[in-house]
Amino acid sequence: MKFQGKIWKFGDNIDTDAIIPARYLNTTDHAVLASHCMEDADPSFPEKVAAGDILVGGENFGCGSSREHAPIAIKAAGISCVIAKSFARIFYRNAFNMGLPIFESQELYDRIKEGETVTVDGDAGTITLAQGEVLRINPIPPFMQELIVDGGLMKHIMKKQAKTA
Amino acid sequence: MGMTITEKILAAHADLQEVHPGMLINARVDIALGNDITAPIAIEEFQKAGGKQVFDKDKVVLIPDHFTPNKDISSAQQCKFVREFAKSQILTHYYEGGEVGVEHALLPEKGIVLPGDLVIGADSHTCTYGALGAFATGVGSTDLAAAMLTGEVWFKVPESMKFVLFGKLNPWVSGKDLILYIIGKIGVDGALYKAMEITGETLASLGMADRMSMANMAIEAGAKNGIFACDDITRAYVKPRAKRPWTEYASDADAVYCETIEIDCSRIEPQVAFPHLPSNTKGISNVGNVRIDQAVIGSCTNGRIEDLRVAAQVLKGRKAASHVRLLIIPATPEVYRMAMDEGLMNVFMDANAIISPPTCGPCLGGHMGILAQGERAVATTNRNFVGRMGHPGSEVYLSNPAVAAASAVMGRLAGPDELK
Repeated sequence: MKFQGKIWKFGDNIDTDAIIPARYLNTTDHAVLASHCMEDADPSFPEKVAAGDILVGGENFGCGSSREHAPIAIKAAGISCVIAKSFARIFYRNAFNMGLPIFESQELYDRIKEGETVTVDGDAGTITLAQGEVLRINPIPPFMQELIVDGGLMKHIMKKQAKTA
Repeated sequence: MGMTITEKILAAHADLQEVHPGMLINARVDIALGNDITAPIAIEEFQKAGGKQVFDKDKVVLIPDHFTPNKDISSAQQCKFVREFAKSQILTHYYEGGEVGVEHALLPEKGIVLPGDLVIGADSHTCTYGALGAFATGVGSTDLAAAMLTGEVWFKVPESMKFVLFGKLNPWVSGKDLILYIIGKIGVDGALYKAMEITGETLASLGMADRMSMANMAIEAGAKNGIFACDDITRAYVKPRAKRPWTEYASDADAVYCETIEIDCSRIEPQVAFPHLPSNTKGISNVGNVRIDQAVIGSCTNGRIEDLRVAAQVLKGRKAASHVRLLIIPATPEVYRMAMDEGLMNVFMDANAIISPPTCGPCLGGHMGILAQGERAVATTNRNFVGRMGHPGSEVYLSNPAVAAASAVMGRLAGPDELK
């Protein structure tokens, strides 16, 4: 699991209303959700973001509502992964359940500027900055790794059910 | 080693003698809940996974309460999709039209959630049911889909934080003020991934509506759940509503907590959370001169009959300031009817209030009271994030119903004691 991309940087406590405002929750269409991703935090974000870009947040990223529209909007906007100092718990579950790669790093946030490019190696647990410096990311718990390998919670469950059948 | 109430409920639902913080468990769910926003994705995932029949038609609960009465064509389509699924599955607990209410007010009121239950809901305020002595937590749509299919959900057992409330409550101070005060003290991630267990002598003067307001906002401190052990107040609420037996759990004397925080309630005045975080709290005596355009009294936090009674007590014989739109949103049809029978609706109408049907409505900026750029609302709801009630340039101030009502009359943030 490797990602290389340009950083978009947001602050602490980025809530799910900022990620996808509730006024757009009358649809589950991924493209529509993507077209409003982060717009209350940065109205031009949906136009600026490009496939493969990386979203970086501070503490408690994804706090607030349980709406899975939030990780869906981020993923559908082309973001390859999210790296934050910490994640709110429902967002954390949702991201693994629906297949948006997310990583925790206390260090990265203060070491990078928006627009810089980093390389993330989920398997090795490293982030390599543009100038070559390597940071560690918090290890992903084994069960969450299984979810990633299986392609999300529903596929994980189907695999388990197929095994017992 | 003893266990906390949260650990005991999780252990019982995972068929384990004991669990400890950090353990990963698979637990049976007693209730799996979705609404008109989160259920459509869950139903799609359920069907994509080959799901034909939900694991138990009595335990999957679907409540279209967010964008209802249908606010636009897209919302109507989503509600139709949920309705057709609920009907085809012959779900016991599907409510709409004149039977629907705000989910976290409706489920306890109908006795659908009981003490000792393990409840998941694809709505972050599912933690409300902790007030009943249940373990209840918000999840996303995919978790709901998995639970609809298997009747189980995975959890990491949380550490527990204990809050010990002592001291007598001051006038106009409610459960809402206590939880705002606590969030102000520990921050919006102060209980991240943890169970918030609320205990102490002050609980004796906190009714179920107060406790539900408090458990409701545990998520606003980042918590997995908020929980209260059962006492006579809980039993008096649950007994006439329950249609099945329930189990009461309580923490052991030697249960382990990662932190214990004592709160002297006698030092707390009514609280207001300023934009744009629920932790940005001030006592009502320190709010300054903040002119408001709208006051909203309702929601899963404060839309119960006790809340409306307090609002009516403040509003009786008074009118909302001419520049303030005062919205009253009874959380359920039962609350609506009680408010009519008790004469509260007359008080509200005399105060020039708008009375809305039960809905989540403006709380999440859905409909029924959206703010324009630069407008400010005082609201008894639970979130004041940027754009929460409308335009990203609007502001929400969170308070209890008495403060919201007094502010509506004064046209600015104010406590009831300021009224003449």
